[in-house]
Amino acid sequence: MSVAVEFEEVVKTYAVPRGTLRALDGVSMTIEQGEFFGLLGPNGAGKTTLISILAGLTRAASGRVRVMGHDVVDDYAAARRSIGVVPQELVFDPFFTVRECLRIQSGYFGLRRNDNWIDALLAGLGLADKGDVNMRQLSGGMKRRVLVAQALVHRPPVIVLDEPTAGVDVELRQALWGFIAGLNKQGHTVLLTTHYLEEAEALCGRIAMLKQGRVVALDRTANLLAGTASTMLQFKTDDALPPEVAARARITGRIAQVTAHDAAEVEALLGQLRRAGVRIEDLEIGRADLEDVFLEIMQRETVS
Amino acid sequence: MIRLEGARTLFAKEILRFWKVSVQTVAAPVLTAMLYLLIFGHVLEDHVQVFPGVRYTSFLIPGLVMMSVLQNAYANSSSSLIQSKVTGNLVFLLVTPLSHWAWFAAYVGASVVRGLAVGAGVLAVTVWFAPPHLEEPGWIIVFALLGAGMLGTLGLIAGLWAEKFDQTAAFQNFIIMPMTFLSGVFYSVHSLPPFWQAVSHLNPFFYMIDGFRRGFFGASDVSPWLSLAVVGGSFLAVSALALRLLARGYKLRT
Repeated sequence: MSVAVEFEEVVKTYAVPRGTLRALDGVSMTIEQGEFFGLLGPNGAGKTTLISILAGLTRAASGRVRVMGHDVVDDYAAARRSIGVVPQELVFDPFFTVRECLRIQSGYFGLRRNDNWIDALLAGLGLADKGDVNMRQLSGGMKRRVLVAQALVHRPPVIVLDEPTAGVDVELRQALWGFIAGLNKQGHTVLLTTHYLEEAEALCGRIAMLKQGRVVALDRTANLLAGTASTMLQFKTDDALPPEVAARARITGRIAQVTAHDAAEVEALLGQLRRAGVRIEDLEIGRADLEDVFLEIMQRETVS
Repeated sequence: MIRLEGARTLFAKEILRFWKVSVQTVAAPVLTAMLYLLIFGHVLEDHVQVFPGVRYTSFLIPGLVMMSVLQNAYANSSSSLIQSKVTGNLVFLLVTPLSHWAWFAAYVGASVVRGLAVGAGVLAVTVWFAPPHLEEPGWIIVFALLGAGMLGTLGLIAGLWAEKFDQTAAFQNFIIMPMTFLSGVFYSVHSLPPFWQAVSHLNPFFYMIDGFRRGFFGASDVSPWLSLAVVGGSFLAVSALALRLLARGYKLRT
């Protein structure tokens, strides 16, 4: 496979009141053509900054970024023709109808007669009856669909989605993923940032995790899931947990979740709870999901 | 070809943008200019004569036309850019392969169109008050185009620099408006004391209006060739600055 996106030692600094903030601290990674790639990380980790540099919206302090072999600074025109970006903010041009917006966006990319593809996009995104509606009159979910269509007018080989499902209802989320997964099957490379880890787990073949501007994990999703604590213990209790358990538990109201690597560790955990006299209800033992992996990696990185 | 089509699209979009709200962007400034003409023309008609044999109302019309051209050319590029920046939809343009030349040509071109549309509107309604003289029409076209181009470019620069609406408005109210009003829209600078005449000659807007008026009356305060040199030179200078800012992505690609 050949390379779709390449980040090479990307550094981005911002001036802050006392000194400079390193938003990206030497990020290097490669995304192959045809991949469905996830970029995860807590708020402020640098995900959007990285995507902005890729799209040419922001300039890196140092390092190189290439899209389909084109440098995003030196060969920006070819790089931008190769990429379609769905921005995180719900922005729109209030002067125009949906179809006008899509025609204008096509024109920017040099495409004069693009109505067949625009019709296909409108149909694929459930906007077929919205073509002549002014952008101002659309609901938030509909505006989000138009953002996706605008990013795809020039049929870019690389599609970048920055938190596309934030605040989006379940129906639209399903429809959107169906559509994007279809494009991925046709060979488009997809780069996704999301806060919904179950989405990333379901869709992404590979995942990079960013923290404080650095890549702290980069692997196949399956390997990430296998390589860390694989078992999840969940129970309800009204009692205080012993400190050695509380330190590693995720507690939401009465529910406590603790990860373990194997059966022996599960037994040890239950032993600790019994000795402390903690009465537990609704005990469940299951496989750890990406959220657990994510939290474990983020915690580990804090300690180290 | 792709770049030409991209620039053409942005140019057409910018025209469509103001045309969709033409009551505000074209009709309103025409009405404003007509009010100026009614009031100043009525009050000063019998008191002021600038050129021999030219009524004050006739003298005033070219100045009002040019003032409308300049203010609307400025308003078009500056308001479009700041609106796109504040609402965030400038991102649709930033992700495209359009070059800085394309941005410049499209924004300034659309500003020229709006400026000329308003100017033509003002001229059309003022014909009823005083039939226009058209002594040297070539100068009318040259100075209308250059003046609109220059103000469209200044609007582009202001739009790039500003982060809020009130900043483009401040640029308009504290720089563009005073320079326009002090350029001889309502009077000939020859009627000023020598000191203020000299000051007026430092204002490039004076040469735009004087050269433009030359086309109507065949008479002007300074040679139209001098005006052409000053206005042309100023246009080239602000264009070079605007192109440099666009190429650097000044306040666009941080």
